[in-house]
Amino acid sequence: MATLNVLILVCLGYVVLLFGVAFAADRMAAAGRGAWLRSPLIYTLSLSIYCTAWTFYGAVGNAARSGLEFVTIYLGPTLVMLSWWWGLRKLVRVGRTQRVTSIADLISSRYGKSNTLAICVTILAVLGGTPYIALQLQSITLSFSIFAEADPSGLYREGSSVFWVAAGLAVFAILFGTRNLDANERHHGVVTAIALESVVKLFALLAVGIFVVWGVAGGVGPIMDRIDASEIGQWNVDAGRWTTFIFLSAAAFICLPRMFQVMVVENADEGHLRTAAWAFPLYLLLMSLFVVPIAVVGLDLMPEGSNPDLFVLTVPLSQGNDWLAMLSFIGGFSSATSMVIVTAMALSTMVSNHLVMPIWLSTQEGSGSVSGDVRNVVLLARRVSIAVIMALGYYYYRLSGGGAALASIGLVAFAGISQILPALVGGLFWRGATRTGALVGLTVGFVLWIYTLLLPGMGGAIMPDSVLQNGLFGWGWLRPRALFGIEGMDPMVHSVMWSLALNTAAFCVTSLLSFPSPLERLQGAQFVNVFDHSVSPAGWTGSVAQSEDLMIMTQRILGSGPAQEFFQHEAEAQGGRSSLPEPTPGFLERLERELSGSVGAATAHAMIGQIVGGSSVSVEDLLAVADESAELLEYSSQLEVKSAELSRTARQLQEANTKLTQISEQKDGFLSQVSHELRTPMTSIRAFSEIMRDTDGLSAEEQTRYAAIIHDEALRLTRLLDDLLDLSVLESGRVNLNMGGDTLSSILDRAVSSALAGSHPKLKVRRSRPSERIPLHTDLDRLGQVFINLISNAQKYCDADEPVLTISAHDVGGQIVIDFADNGSGIPPDAQSMVFEKFARVGGDKAGGAGLGLAICREIMQRLGGEISYLPGQGGAAFRVRLPMAHRQAAQ
Amino acid sequence: MNSGEDRKPTGVRPSLFLERQGYRRRRLMDAARLLPILGAALVAIPLLWPSQGAPEGGVPLSSAILYIFTCWALLIVISLIFGFAARRMAGSDNSEAETDRWPH
Repeated sequence: MATLNVLILVCLGYVVLLFGVAFAADRMAAAGRGAWLRSPLIYTLSLSIYCTAWTFYGAVGNAARSGLEFVTIYLGPTLVMLSWWWGLRKLVRVGRTQRVTSIADLISSRYGKSNTLAICVTILAVLGGTPYIALQLQSITLSFSIFAEADPSGLYREGSSVFWVAAGLAVFAILFGTRNLDANERHHGVVTAIALESVVKLFALLAVGIFVVWGVAGGVGPIMDRIDASEIGQWNVDAGRWTTFIFLSAAAFICLPRMFQVMVVENADEGHLRTAAWAFPLYLLLMSLFVVPIAVVGLDLMPEGSNPDLFVLTVPLSQGNDWLAMLSFIGGFSSATSMVIVTAMALSTMVSNHLVMPIWLSTQEGSGSVSGDVRNVVLLARRVSIAVIMALGYYYYRLSGGGAALASIGLVAFAGISQILPALVGGLFWRGATRTGALVGLTVGFVLWIYTLLLPGMGGAIMPDSVLQNGLFGWGWLRPRALFGIEGMDPMVHSVMWSLALNTAAFCVTSLLSFPSPLERLQGAQFVNVFDHSVSPAGWTGSVAQSEDLMIMTQRILGSGPAQEFFQHEAEAQGGRSSLPEPTPGFLERLERELSGSVGAATAHAMIGQIVGGSSVSVEDLLAVADESAELLEYSSQLEVKSAELSRTARQLQEANTKLTQISEQKDGFLSQVSHELRTPMTSIRAFSEIMRDTDGLSAEEQTRYAAIIHDEALRLTRLLDDLLDLSVLESGRVNLNMGGDTLSSILDRAVSSALAGSHPKLKVRRSRPSERIPLHTDLDRLGQVFINLISNAQKYCDADEPVLTISAHDVGGQIVIDFADNGSGIPPDAQSMVFEKFARVGGDKAGGAGLGLAICREIMQRLGGEISYLPGQGGAAFRVRLPMAHRQAAQ
Repeated sequence: MNSGEDRKPTGVRPSLFLERQGYRRRRLMDAARLLPILGAALVAIPLLWPSQGAPEGGVPLSSAILYIFTCWALLIVISLIFGFAARRMAGSDNSEAETDRWPH
């Protein structure tokens, strides 16, 4: 029988071996040798910290109690690994591009580098992780006690052994987990040690399994018979638990801080996932292959009431196979230590980055640049965090008394940490997920988990039985194990279902209703579309003077060597002559990412913000700039409108100018026309008056004739002057309209009779009187003048043998239209546009008019609100007079 | 399926039809995406089994073990094959960046 002393010696030897391996691996990595340290095999093996002592020992115990249910814990991660192509690959890519240091950092980074979220996740992780660490301590202690029972010397004391185990693990984690500050760098030492431990535990479990199957039971056939014959010999797994546990373990596999640490943070190459996708499920399969045989044989061999959780140890011991038991013990020890170390590392990173650093930074606020050695502060924070977390685990173990209450804590921790899942998956695949949504979802899930699972599981001291029986405040629907009155469910299934369902619902609904900040939206795009573009949002600008401050700060965080190297590299990349790079947005962005590898995204953002300070361009500023440019755009479009207006005005002015020039020309033309028109009669008047004055002996007849000519010419002059006066009055708009009411018919009657008075040969006027019964309210005299002019024009110019003028009136589109059409040859097309011009005469001077009649008509009609136009294509000359209906209505 | 001559460069999404290799690669990705669904379906089958105490008798544990471990091994083998195929594809393509731009 191996004594306790031998056991302790073996343990210490094993720990020394681990130290040695970790140390050597770190040395090799530092020297640049050891490519195998970054091999897919090491990566896969490091993933096996998923299998803790709880699974190493507990799986057999679980199988002994409920058959194959234990296998769910392995099937979940298997399914996750199988979906690596669209799941884990994205997670790992995001983790690497964003230089994520922990799951809290990932969530915080996704939701706009929010530290609040990071704190929530950290607290959740610590709350879930501490009992888990206690569980590992318990398993180590229990396995010690098995050997102690068999050791007669009785030197073993449980309390102190737990303390020393916890202290030793803390030292290991501190030594190898906080060697380098950049948590995003690989911890080759720790990872290699973990890989070794996972080989040891697999080997141990396989050894025990092979011993049980072939050594005790006598082969595969007999063990199968034995399994069927045992008390767990039939399939007896509750469907709800089966599904829930598979889902839960899958969720926990992604969300557990230690899994995230080895899977994402320690990942050296995305391609490793390809190997891990089949190798890790294989590892899990091997781990669970002999669990049921060991459980069945244990149930057979061991006395009633012995702890099935320890069958892995006690079965070889009972068969007298001490060395196998020792190996098995080392296997369990390995499982416990590796899990504790990585968990402590992961949690300490989270605590120091998201709890300690923000507090420390806020005490440094206002000092411009960061004072003190940040490097030491972060490292110290991390080391202290490890110690504190281990101490918490230790005290939790002592408080819980190490009893059976701890055994169920593994799944409880799974359920707790799975509350991160909606925010995580939502953040990776849904751009609409917002910080508020994540916060609300997490809070809802967290509270429900505590209320329905954690507190009821802790016993009567914390949650009184009355609450458990009657619900909080006596409200029945708030019973922790029968929320909303749904009873009869397995407590675990009940809690997981409600907490995750309501968590997801709250997350989705709040995300839908809330509006993300610009930084969140940018980060969201980066996360969701990580394969499309792997650039981070540009956020900073700075002046050269700040480069030095940045350098000082970076040295304090990264250490002077790496910092100088980084700055030098950046300066060279910028092509500058100085050793300090310009603080371009690109440089600041890379620097932020570099720093976030050490202190987390939110802290790095805040630190750079402190230095670049006033001139830091936040995304909000960028958006404001965008707004400004939008304003500029608007302004320029206003300018455009104005310039368009100006050019329109200029065009109008030009037109006006042209018109003025035309008018001026017209005026000149008019003056020459008028003088010409005046000169012709004046010439004849002068000539005949000279004849009458100078010629003697004119006959009376001649005198009368000459006087008549002079009289006629004077009359013509008077008429011309009258017309000109009339036209000028009309054109200047100073005409007074004498409005009156009458029917169109009577106006036409008067016009016809006055126009045709004394004319010869008589023009025949054809009218349709019924249609002329239109009452009018207008200047009757002026309208009559127009009509007279049109009728006398027809009389003068109509060259038909039997001249006929047809006057017709209609109502067209709300206007009164009066057409005057004769049956003559009409006006030639080229003259049609000229007839309304002054002094325009068609067909020579034969009628003796001054050519002002139609011009006056046009002016009158304009004054009356209507118009007069030539109507071509009527066979003869045709004029159309339009009068607005308003005059008619006004008359009614 | 179209041959290479039919490809028309039209920008980011290169063409409607891919050459044979690209086509195979995409179907491989489809298979990778379907694999977890197959896995989920396989592990969900035990939900249909009668449980202990059923009148016709429950499923013997040995059969259950055989079923689950066989399925498990099957999934691992498929995943292994896919892993190797993906590596070969990526190798023949010799640009990791391009594999990343496959539509998802």
